[in-house]
Amino acid sequence: MQIEKKEFKPLIVAFCCNWCSYAGADLAGSGRMSYPAEVKIIRVPCSCRVNPAFILRAFQRGADGVILCGCHPGDCHYSTGNYYARRRMTLLFGMLDYLGIEKERTRVEWVSAAEGAKFASVMNDFVSKIVSLGENKRLEDLRCKEQK
Amino acid sequence: MQRAEMIKAKILELMQNKTVDRAIGWKRGEFFYDNSPAVFETPEELEDFVYDSFCGANLSKYLVKEAKKDGKVLVCIKPCDSYSLNQLLTEHRVDRSKIYVLGIGCDGMLDIELIRAKGIKGITAVKDDGETLTVDTVYGERTLPRSEAILGRCTVCKGGKHVIFDELVCADEEKEARGDRFEKVSELEAMTDDERFAFWRSELSKCIRCNACRNACPACTCEKCVFDNDASGYASKANSDTFEENMFHIIRAFHVAGRCTDCGECSRVCPEKIPLHLLNRKFIKDINELYGEYQAGETDNGRSPVTNFTKTDAEPSVIYERGGKN
Repeated sequence: MQIEKKEFKPLIVAFCCNWCSYAGADLAGSGRMSYPAEVKIIRVPCSCRVNPAFILRAFQRGADGVILCGCHPGDCHYSTGNYYARRRMTLLFGMLDYLGIEKERTRVEWVSAAEGAKFASVMNDFVSKIVSLGENKRLEDLRCKEQK
Repeated sequence: MQRAEMIKAKILELMQNKTVDRAIGWKRGEFFYDNSPAVFETPEELEDFVYDSFCGANLSKYLVKEAKKDGKVLVCIKPCDSYSLNQLLTEHRVDRSKIYVLGIGCDGMLDIELIRAKGIKGITAVKDDGETLTVDTVYGERTLPRSEAILGRCTVCKGGKHVIFDELVCADEEKEARGDRFEKVSELEAMTDDERFAFWRSELSKCIRCNACRNACPACTCEKCVFDNDASGYASKANSDTFEENMFHIIRAFHVAGRCTDCGECSRVCPEKIPLHLLNRKFIKDINELYGEYQAGETDNGRSPVTNFTKTDAEPSVIYERGGKN
């Protein structure tokens, strides 16, 4: 009998702000820097556009990790958006941790448009962290899972 | 009982001299322990007014609708309710000129379930002398210390001060705050994440999604609520799986973060007795520790820490260090 061993491939959702991090991801691409293909980027106008429900929704639909990237504090295209996002995400992540959901599954990183290399390294680091955590079990919606 | 008479007389006087047109108070429900909020429009209706140790309901939320009608409405406000009212005024949900705030005293409300939990059955009446409760049952009389039957939220009290009022009746402004409200939150934080997960799973899985916590919350005043959107994926009548239970409660608590006055209505009205206030208190604790002490509703022009920022705020990665154990 052969035991089939599947390699765990996580699904990572990255919310990237249009002005800095999305451009940073572009730069990583044009600079031919590699980062894992498991990262799915969702472009948002500003990091503060990300409603806490978006992050939970991503987990519901099968994400194993969610990362939010925005302009460095002080560099927001809309002046102050990422300051608000910073407070909101701190509180949300604290709450997820409080409910016993692994706190490393969520992360916020500030990546500017000139930091292609940082984008690639952040994603590599985050994906390896999620791989070590394994599948998201504590915040999954069974209705949204594929029938196996 | 004397207190109820004094409040009733005051409301009657204000109605008769046309200072107010209506009054929001409590009247007897089906049983003696389920006093329900009621609007009294005439002196005759006011005969039904009650105020005793089972008047837990926070009346401030009723003003959102009542204050939009013609005329001035009087509202009976206990000390902790006054914070909720102030918060509603801050958010311009209630027109200050349309309301008359009657601040009333409170000794802490009672919880009938705690009396029942003592094995006392067939309760017909509870007499409260401030120290001991005399419970009349169909099997005879029982007594117990008042402190053992006090409503969960009242074991932690903000004190007797009304932060907003037009007039005070039987109020004890000097009463001191008591209890450490973050005790249970700290206890949970000290657990491992497996223990915390197990704790919340056992609590939240009881949720029947009756939405009472949302409906009773004086901070939840949106006319259109995210949870009423069928397309949202978390608006089911009943929770169909664990995600939905977690989602609903995280979002509910998040939507009132920074505006929650910690009045405890959510836990009081929960038919499944889920300690929902522990979610709100976690946000309050984090806000206090990270962004400075803030009590929502303390003034009528406070700015919620969630709609504010400083350039030197902590990074979200602070959670990795200060969060609970792994």
